[in-house]
Amino acid sequence: MQSTVPLLPESASTLSGDVDALYFYLCGVTIFFTLLIGGAIIFFVIRYRRRNLFEIPRPIEGSTRLETLWSVIPLLIAMSFFFWGASLFYRQYRPPTNALEVYVVGKQWMWKFQHSTGQREINELHVPVRRKIKLIMTTEDVIHDVFVPAFRIKADVVPGRYTTEWFEATKPGHYHFFCAEYCGMNHSGMGGWVVVMEPTDYENWLSGNAGQGSPAAAGRGLFDSLGCASCHGANGEGGRGPALIGLFGSKVVLNNGQTLTADEGYLRESILNPQAKIVTGFGPIMPSFQGQVNEEQLLQLVAFVKSLSASKPETVSAKPPPPGAKPNTTAKPSATPGNEK
Amino acid sequence: MRNRTDRAYTTYSNKMEEFEVPKPPRTNYLNAEYGLKSWLLTKDHKRIALLYLGAISFFFFIGSLYAMVIRLELLTPQGDLVQSSTYNKVFTQHGIIMVFFFLIPSIPATLGNFLIPMMIGAKDLAFPRINLLSWYIYILGGIVTIYALLAGGVDTGWTFYVPYSTTFSNTYVIAAGLGIFINGFSSILTGLNFIVTIHTMRAPGMTWYRLPLFVWSHYATSLIMILGTPVIAITILLVALERLAHIGIFDPAAGGDPILFQHLFWFYSHPAVYIMVLPAMGVVSELIANFSRKNIFGYKFVAFSSLAIAVFGFLVWGHHLFVAGQSVYAGLIFSFLSFAVAIPSAIKVFNWTATLYKASISYDTPMLYALGFIGLFTVGGMTGLFLASLAVDVHVSDTYFVVAHFHYIMVGGTLFGYLGGLHYWWPKISGRLYPEGWGRFSALVIYVGFNLTFLPQFVLGYMGMPRRYHTYPADLVSWQVLHVLSTAGASILGVGLLIPLFYLTWSMRYGQIAAANPWNLPGLEWQTASPPPTENFLTTPVVTHEAYEFALPEHKQIVGKFERQKSVET
Repeated sequence: MQSTVPLLPESASTLSGDVDALYFYLCGVTIFFTLLIGGAIIFFVIRYRRRNLFEIPRPIEGSTRLETLWSVIPLLIAMSFFFWGASLFYRQYRPPTNALEVYVVGKQWMWKFQHSTGQREINELHVPVRRKIKLIMTTEDVIHDVFVPAFRIKADVVPGRYTTEWFEATKPGHYHFFCAEYCGMNHSGMGGWVVVMEPTDYENWLSGNAGQGSPAAAGRGLFDSLGCASCHGANGEGGRGPALIGLFGSKVVLNNGQTLTADEGYLRESILNPQAKIVTGFGPIMPSFQGQVNEEQLLQLVAFVKSLSASKPETVSAKPPPPGAKPNTTAKPSATPGNEK
Repeated sequence: MRNRTDRAYTTYSNKMEEFEVPKPPRTNYLNAEYGLKSWLLTKDHKRIALLYLGAISFFFFIGSLYAMVIRLELLTPQGDLVQSSTYNKVFTQHGIIMVFFFLIPSIPATLGNFLIPMMIGAKDLAFPRINLLSWYIYILGGIVTIYALLAGGVDTGWTFYVPYSTTFSNTYVIAAGLGIFINGFSSILTGLNFIVTIHTMRAPGMTWYRLPLFVWSHYATSLIMILGTPVIAITILLVALERLAHIGIFDPAAGGDPILFQHLFWFYSHPAVYIMVLPAMGVVSELIANFSRKNIFGYKFVAFSSLAIAVFGFLVWGHHLFVAGQSVYAGLIFSFLSFAVAIPSAIKVFNWTATLYKASISYDTPMLYALGFIGLFTVGGMTGLFLASLAVDVHVSDTYFVVAHFHYIMVGGTLFGYLGGLHYWWPKISGRLYPEGWGRFSALVIYVGFNLTFLPQFVLGYMGMPRRYHTYPADLVSWQVLHVLSTAGASILGVGLLIPLFYLTWSMRYGQIAAANPWNLPGLEWQTASPPPTENFLTTPVVTHEAYEFALPEHKQIVGKFERQKSVET
């Protein structure tokens, strides 16, 4: 479909070809049934047109056998759609463990990205090709949505929680991304470009944008300035509050006997609403930090706690840094958007 | 003339007595009383249907104007016709007006109101005063909504998603919500009235399985109306409370959950789709059977598929939330159930098609709409399967693919059923015939215009064009090409819709006088004068025949005035 007026979006991720295959299957079945029904109607309407003003055709009551046939066959075809669509969805739902993580904060009407190595961008996201990228997303205001047609991915970004999506781009280029959940006045302007680069170009881009503290480093600064250390220990080793070292990804037992896995959402909730889930053996003494940290700072704190878990290789590089490092909130878009490809 | 005796084993011609010359009955429901007061205080279901017809046509016209602005704006990638804030109000108000003030009441409140008592041989609905009340509630809801539009409009999208609608929008959210809230009660009362009427007021001999399928589908619709509508009322109330008092139901900062709103909203608004399309399916069942002169193939399957749709329709709302942050397992279950709800619709399509087999098919305008409906509904239904398929839905949700899909169901389905039914029963409603040539011509224009408007939008959606976008990237050439096609189609559609407006209005005064039974049909509504007397039937009919029983006219013993007249050629 490389005509001047293409009828398919670009296909540039490991997922896009698979989604297209299911799409073509659905299109084929739809065209088949539309032609079958349309053809039958046209044939009957011509063949059995009224030729005599007073004719009365012989009544036909119906046929249970036919009814069964045209219930079961569509059901079987529908089930093939279901299983195919569900298995792709399920595969896509499980985020990979070795992905490069990018923190995303949406607000009316812009996107802020921060790489785990510290680089910040606005409305533009630079990523290496053939590498799994996981977006950890939240919003400062209303619901938004990150939609990259060329990658066939889309996920709402919801206030008060983290949602994720991931992709692995297969060819370098500039790809449009859009906000796909209506968010107010400039909704249609709230998009930008995903810039997929060869690994070497990406490394160059990273080093050209160095000098900004990593989210984990900034989180460490917040950890100190907010006084978290007084209960969780100077390096997160624990005290009156639970230890943070090794916490992320581990199983946590609560005082009501429930067990959960400590993920980003749990960390977020424990900062904003500490009383919601109390770890067994600890008292409900932590104050809420609601209103004291914004979404970006929250993500930095979460990134810091994550960096204390050795099992997360990509955050190990984010070594604890000079304490008190202030988050740098100005972004530096570094590449100009070009035409697709 | 008799060259088809091979399959036509009996004909009207050798069974029928002399034709009468059509003449208007001396008194009918239209001229029984005169004056504005006689209309505004009427308890006659037929007059109330006409009150609805007027009001609904008005709202449809307003909604269409908004659609025109949308289509014109999208001709170019830049926002050069209106500002973004205006555009957002335009598509929001297009949605609110069309969904709540046209599509939901369209067929039930006009055709349903007019025909259900006549089809079951009753004098009126069970609660005539409540019927009138429902119209006043509808008008009150309409006035409040129009106030919201005139005072400054509302820009949340017809879906009112939180927290945009509760915290961030500076527009008239509460006023618009109040209009919809009030309007909902009109829906509930209509549904209640239909259910009670169908249960208790059927004429002697009108058993459940002799009911026309139009009545069955309205029964199913009424169930959804009374069970679903209270949920949207509660939801709107919660949005208003959250907006006024920050009670923290939906706001995460106060411990609420924004996705809860989406569950509540779609718990009503998905079944609402079936409120819109089930009555149209009922109309199409009537048209297919009557213009084929054949009983519907698999009557019971078609009847019960309506009920199956009403029941399953309540279990699929979560397919609107596949990318909203709903759990993956909920997504799997809702995807599965959404495929299940497609089956009863498929059964209907196959049965309609099978009814045409060895039938005697005429090409009158209503039949053209019915045949168009089947084709468009097939496309609309099949593309619904794309949206139920999880991985594809992730890509196309909130894009023009969805817009195209639901317009195929709403416009290709509901509007085609509505127009087909309006033409079919027009002689009964107005006592006049519409000009058949213009009817066929405009049906064709509407069909072509509709497809040209919405087929390109499927492609546009798969290419990634999000819905509710005021502008789009200029570097994507094919997006603009597809938008231009769509706008061209919309202008054809617009012209096509104006034609019936003119000739139907014209025919009310100048059309040929209609016979009592101009189509020569067995349905009860045709066995009384056109227009009918206020009490519908001079004596209560006794039904001794099945629905759509054409074969043996002499068996149709209906006590009371039973005229059979030659259809007037146009």
